[in-house]
Amino acid sequence: MLEIQGIHAFYGLSHVLFDVSLRVGEGEVVCLLGRNGAGKTTTLRSIMGIVPPRQGHVWFRGEEITHLPPHRVVQKGIWYVPDDRRIFPDLTVRENLEIAERPGRRGLWDRERVYELFPVLKSKERQKGGTLSGGEQKMLAIARALVGNPDLLLLDEPLEGLAPQLIRAILEQIQEMKRLGLTVLLAEQNVHAALQVADRVYVIDDGRIRFHGTVEELRAQEGIRRKYLLV
Amino acid sequence: MVLGFLASQLLVGLSRAMILFIVSAGLTFVLGVLRVPNVFHGSLYMIGAFSAFSIATQLGHHPASVWVAFLTAPLVVALIGLAVERTLLTRLYQREHLMLILFTFGVTLVLNDLVKLAWGADYRSILPPPVLQGSAVLMGVPVPRYNLFLLAVGPLVALGMWLFTHRTRIGKLARAAAVDREMVALLGIDVNHVFAGAFLVGAYLAGLGGALVAPSTSITLGMDHTILIEAFLIVTTGGLGNIWGALLGALLFGLTQSLGVLIWPQFAIVFPYLATASVLLVRPRGLLRSVW
Repeated sequence: MLEIQGIHAFYGLSHVLFDVSLRVGEGEVVCLLGRNGAGKTTTLRSIMGIVPPRQGHVWFRGEEITHLPPHRVVQKGIWYVPDDRRIFPDLTVRENLEIAERPGRRGLWDRERVYELFPVLKSKERQKGGTLSGGEQKMLAIARALVGNPDLLLLDEPLEGLAPQLIRAILEQIQEMKRLGLTVLLAEQNVHAALQVADRVYVIDDGRIRFHGTVEELRAQEGIRRKYLLV
Repeated sequence: MVLGFLASQLLVGLSRAMILFIVSAGLTFVLGVLRVPNVFHGSLYMIGAFSAFSIATQLGHHPASVWVAFLTAPLVVALIGLAVERTLLTRLYQREHLMLILFTFGVTLVLNDLVKLAWGADYRSILPPPVLQGSAVLMGVPVPRYNLFLLAVGPLVALGMWLFTHRTRIGKLARAAAVDREMVALLGIDVNHVFAGAFLVGAYLAGLGGALVAPSTSITLGMDHTILIEAFLIVTTGGLGNIWGALLGALLFGLTQSLGVLIWPQFAIVFPYLATASVLLVRPRGLLRSVW
């Protein structure tokens, strides 16, 4: 479904991604694991066209999207949930969702449906986005992407800074999304939690992919985990 | 009698404030959403006044001619604004503010020369619509009907802006883009369309202010300078990008101007500037929350 071939990305003059390649198949939950500053966010931002790669290619459903502007990438069906949430603070919870709503091919998700997934959002529907707690904003950010009815969802550290029971709730929701046929690329540092939902794993460090394989294969490779994932 | 004079000055100030509000609302909306300090906003106001004059005089003595001018002149101005935005301004959004100021200042020079070519340097004037001519007597004081009309239009425009920004999709997107345009793009929306829509609304309001002021003033080259300075002061006093701030700022400006006449007629013009300066000394970011 998504195929990245040897991309190099830069912030100004500093080279941050080196020959990154990865593949996400339809219906999979793929995890991109790495420490802070390893290049996870940049990889996702390169896919979205926010940091367009200087070299290499990004393909989605057989179509090259490497140099599309962000809004065109989204229109192709890829939605991005940034790690810093980026809720519109002056818009109400409901308005945050309304401006993102898009019926889409599947038409599975609408406001009511995401309220079932995250009931706390329903109860705060008329509050300004800026008044929500960090965890609630995370949920709203995910809900906002879901009502766009994505084919592929890029989640950037959705578990960061959340209380354990909220982590469990979000992981359950990811599994539920997967069951409904959504494809997910999940960038995380929380290895233990991420491995509970992942089908396959890529490990990134210093802007380079250091490992890819199944969850079992990663579990067997103690050295990789020690070298690239432990803080 | 003194009370009556006070009341009529109050009315003059309030109706002036309504024109100032309409123009400043457009300026502050563009400033908030597009982050463009639009120096040719005043020229659009002037074109609104001249267009209203031309439309009204073309239609002659028909009683509805000025009403038609009120409805169509702002649309003409909105389209001129949109044309400048789509062809030129849209290429400059990534640039720093200094570039935007220089560019929009350049546009004022071009527009002002075009106005001179089209209408000449003479003073023009039109009468209010027949039903709004003359005075009504309120509490024993004669007050111009047209000022009462302006007093009603101001709140309607405020209500219209609220409905636009809170009840329409493009209005909500404009509020979102004012804070985080990249995130709006990440909802699959071409921010350029939002900007074009917001600029259209801003230019419309400049044109509406110009059309509405036309029957109460002489229409002339140079009327763009005064309004531009006043509108920028009002927008700054109110809080950049805040439409309700523009309303407060316009009331402060209009009322201090008209009441200043009662206190010290020779120096009346100083009062609104003193008032804005005092507000900014106490609240440097303006009365209400700025989106900047």
